[in-house]
Amino acid sequence: MRHWLLRRTLQAALTLAVAVVLLFLLTHLLPGDPLAREGAGRPLTSVQREALQARYGLDRPLLEQLGTFVGGLARGDLGVSIEYGRPVVGLLAERLPATALLGGTVLVLNFTVGLWLGVRQAVRKGSAEDRWLTTLSLAGYATPSFWLGLVLAGIVGVRWHLLPPAGMRDPLIAGGTLAAAADVLRHLVLPALTLSLVSIAGTMRYQRNAMLETLRLPYIVTARAKGLSERQVIWRHGWRNALFPVLTLFGLWLPILVSGSVFVETVFAWPGLGSLAAAAVNGRDYPLLMGASVLVATIVIVASLLSDVAYAFLDPRVRLS
Amino acid sequence: MAWRTPRGRAGLVFLGFVAGLALLGPALLPDPFRQFDLLELASTPPSAEHPFGTDQLSRDVLSRVVSGARISLSVAALAVTLSLTLGAAVGLVAGYWGGAVDAALMRLVDGALAVPRLFLLLLVLAVPERVPLIILILIIGTTGWFTTSRLVRAETLRLREESFVRAAEALGASRRRIIFRHLLVNTAGPLLVAATLGVGDVILLEAGLSFLGLGVQPPAPSWGGMIMDARPVLEAAPWVGIFPGIAITLTVLATNLVGDALRDALDPRGA
Repeated sequence: MRHWLLRRTLQAALTLAVAVVLLFLLTHLLPGDPLAREGAGRPLTSVQREALQARYGLDRPLLEQLGTFVGGLARGDLGVSIEYGRPVVGLLAERLPATALLGGTVLVLNFTVGLWLGVRQAVRKGSAEDRWLTTLSLAGYATPSFWLGLVLAGIVGVRWHLLPPAGMRDPLIAGGTLAAAADVLRHLVLPALTLSLVSIAGTMRYQRNAMLETLRLPYIVTARAKGLSERQVIWRHGWRNALFPVLTLFGLWLPILVSGSVFVETVFAWPGLGSLAAAAVNGRDYPLLMGASVLVATIVIVASLLSDVAYAFLDPRVRLS
Repeated sequence: MAWRTPRGRAGLVFLGFVAGLALLGPALLPDPFRQFDLLELASTPPSAEHPFGTDQLSRDVLSRVVSGARISLSVAALAVTLSLTLGAAVGLVAGYWGGAVDAALMRLVDGALAVPRLFLLLLVLAVPERVPLIILILIIGTTGWFTTSRLVRAETLRLREESFVRAAEALGASRRRIIFRHLLVNTAGPLLVAATLGVGDVILLEAGLSFLGLGVQPPAPSWGGMIMDARPVLEAAPWVGIFPGIAITLTVLATNLVGDALRDALDPRGA
């Protein structure tokens, strides 16, 4: 087990290293002039160009630039944002909590409602309810998140005035911490709902399939033969075993959620990493965009490592092999 | 194959409808660039003349949605073809050669998969001023082969041990023959499913990029770009943004239904 854990951790570190080098090469080797916009519409003079290249280190050999980048990364230095004129690390740290709140809420929704619906579908396989839930969840999966967000914000937020259509906090709200938390919660509903609706199909489908596999096993027949109630058979016996394979997919959902949050946060002006990345795109802020990508890759790799380790602890078969 | 289930049939019929519209529609409908009311340049609600209304530049929304179908479908079809070719090539090489080649390629794929595809695209597309459509297709295509290569590699590893491949090897078949006639042909099923689902993914991705202003460049009508343009007038003229969104959802849903039906037909175990 210790051996496996060590190997899996090393593998994760290697993956991260590959991802970082890949991201670096992607931004430095592709055609396109990163300084093209620096002249504010006018061509740069050769003196200005050289000065800018020196400032961003673009005049150094590629390997040296990579070394500088990796060295900075190791010290927790991702450079300075062009748009904000501040260290990228600080900006990312500021925006991470909002995205964690949004993403965490969506994960909780998908792993409670989604799993529950998936189990229902498996139990009622082939019924009208099963078919409709599949079609509905697929329709959600096919809906562009930014469009759904705009529609929900327009109807629920602007037309009905039920929930705030944008932002995370109302600056005019008075009262203590509780009032402030309730305010954030109200702002959270629409973005979380949007992101969950477009992503819940995945969890539902995996839970449905895992549950169908499990319900086919002989010990379920035994449980029924023992005269256990259907509820006990399904939830205590079936679901417990059908849950693990779904949990391992935790690492798989994160990239989807992070990508979705770029659009949802932009539409709802949610002050997280996603809207920061979209703003970085508009401002051609490469250091910031690069920093956000490295952070996202790190989160994805660590999450997939953690879900593998959790699986190994939960399932003795993995632990022993 | 996808015809066997009602949902697969519905998806195929709708996709055929969209493809037909994309091919023939522009000839039957008004010019998507034509501005109908040059004096007002205001959007008008759906009417008999303009079933989806007109946008804030007084252009026919239905014409633009149909032209958008042409762009979205061709971007998706071409990008997915490129992704599948790259993915199949890498997967076959990694799976058949094995050893260090396999290990190196798969570590590369692991690293690439750790960065969400959207972020790869944002990084690449943020650099140039304007991206021509063909370059956009190439870029989307080259960021989509990682999962396909894993899929093909796994299939190749499995097939390599099958007796018919062993027999071909024993008979002295060339490496090329084994790869193309035995391995590639037998991965066609999973590849077809991946292609269908990939088309839906790319339509959504392209729409998202265009919404962020990085995809198909205006004035070319793309679904995502139309939604971006509609954003400021969404309250006053919702039809400008609603219809392109419905077009995306229905088209992607149709491809996913077909992909599902294909998967069920090819792999009865998963059904």
